[in-house]
Amino acid sequence: MPTLSKTFDDIQSRVINATSRVVPMHRQIQGLKLLMGAKKKAFGPRRPVPEFVESAIPDVNTLALEDIDVSNPFLYRQDQWRAYFKRLRDEAPVHYQKNSPFGPFWSVTRFEDIMFVDKSHDLFSAEPQIILGDPPEGLSVEMFIAMDPPKHDVQRSSVQGVVAPKNLKEMEELIRSRTGDVLDSLPLGQPFNWVPTVSKELTGRMLATLLDFPYEERHKLVEWSDRMAGAASATGGEYADEEIMFDDAADMAWSFSRLWRDKEARRAAGEEPGFDLISLLQSNDDTKDLINRPMEFIGNLTLLIVGGNDTTRNSMSGGLVAMNEFPKELEKLKAKPELIPNMVSEIIRWQTPLAYMRRVAKQDVELGGQTIKKGDRVVMWYASGNRDERKFEDPDHFIIDRKDARNHMSFGYGVHRCMGNRLAELQLRILWEEILKRFDKIEVVGEPERVQSNFVRGYSELMVQLTPKS
Amino acid sequence: MGKITFIEHDQTEHVAEFKAGSSVMQIAVDNLIPGIDGDCGGECACGTCHVIVSDDWFRKTGTPGGEEEQMLSMTPERASTSRLGCQVVITDEMDGMTVHLPEFQM
Repeated sequence: MPTLSKTFDDIQSRVINATSRVVPMHRQIQGLKLLMGAKKKAFGPRRPVPEFVESAIPDVNTLALEDIDVSNPFLYRQDQWRAYFKRLRDEAPVHYQKNSPFGPFWSVTRFEDIMFVDKSHDLFSAEPQIILGDPPEGLSVEMFIAMDPPKHDVQRSSVQGVVAPKNLKEMEELIRSRTGDVLDSLPLGQPFNWVPTVSKELTGRMLATLLDFPYEERHKLVEWSDRMAGAASATGGEYADEEIMFDDAADMAWSFSRLWRDKEARRAAGEEPGFDLISLLQSNDDTKDLINRPMEFIGNLTLLIVGGNDTTRNSMSGGLVAMNEFPKELEKLKAKPELIPNMVSEIIRWQTPLAYMRRVAKQDVELGGQTIKKGDRVVMWYASGNRDERKFEDPDHFIIDRKDARNHMSFGYGVHRCMGNRLAELQLRILWEEILKRFDKIEVVGEPERVQSNFVRGYSELMVQLTPKS
Repeated sequence: MGKITFIEHDQTEHVAEFKAGSSVMQIAVDNLIPGIDGDCGGECACGTCHVIVSDDWFRKTGTPGGEEEQMLSMTPERASTSRLGCQVVITDEMDGMTVHLPEFQM
């Protein structure tokens, strides 16, 4: 049964789509912002935007099971999450939290149960959102990660070519030379912040290439992505000002409409289409008019930007953190560089850059002795499944030659499995190959700063000092 | 016991022995055949054990189920005799079977 707000979102999407031919997309979004502002003034907000103020996280063993709330965005920032999820896995693997700031939700924390939920798209819907909370009111964009089959299948197949292995083979040398350039520019023998200098820079360059976005404006892609994934109402992130989200969406719509029209004109003039995302969308019958469906257009661009940003970036940082916590592994790696591909999988398991995906039960489902009711929100905690002792031996240890590292859940399983998995692996493999060529020691100096979010497992500061190979 | 031949995209051949009851994916992984990942461990949930069965053998492998069909439809290299190796349970009848590996697993 559609809720009132879902109906409102549907109507709003239809109105926007219908008017998109006559009103430029960024103007429509600015209009939406005014409309939402007026609506909130007249009727009050649909729901209050939660405000998160950091306080010390209590020891999980002092809490009653029902009071455990793993949606707390400081759980990861304060590095307390392992004990919380271990207790849930052991004592309440399918756990109900009825009072979170994001509303009531179920947590599924064991590997096997997560696999079941992820595979069962007939029982659990990915619609309308895959994050725990809601996006800013009025900005309910449509993306295929949050669609069920068959609509999902059509949309995904039209864009997956951009990150398909065939396309990647063409890009390998480009990625390698850029990675080399960035590593060659790093200061030696003095501390610097690895996050902006390496992780953000490399992922930003990659995104600009995939989207054929103006290279000198690539920082915009990173900023949009950070704010969208970091909305307080959605993931408990640090961005509480929803007005800025509208400005971002309008800015994005403007930039990408311009890019779309430019490519359209060049193609009409006889130019060969490229292998970038927009060219691929324009080549496919199902998506060649996507620009006339603005919420879907922005949604799918957002998905690719966010999907290729926080994930790889934080695995680029996380690998260094892991190596420094388990220094014997670096010696192992130097002795056997052929372990790099397996180590990449282990980094992605150990870091789990996105902690979960959300589903909504389409009917009552029995799982782990609990009854999940139709309409309930269900969170699959990949970060916990990747540390499940029932699946992985010594799961908290980073072991670069771990036999079943590839079985990690960080890419999800089933129809929504990460489309960019091979690109992510490629970027990380090249990064480590190029690191080994240049540096003897990569020391983390100082405690890493972790981001505030229940969704993104990331770092904002990672001070590193490099010693070159002698 | 029987034999199955895996042919990589570059035509390199690998012959592996099998016992009935195992899956094509498991045989490949146990024998370290390059080009088959089997990331989900046989749950029909990742699509990384895609094989293309030779025409003559395809009928013997049965027909893909709904879940398998869904995963295969996401593979760009899908062919008319594509299967997910984890969903093909080996029988003695398959002794001598040849399967081709795609250029890439998704």
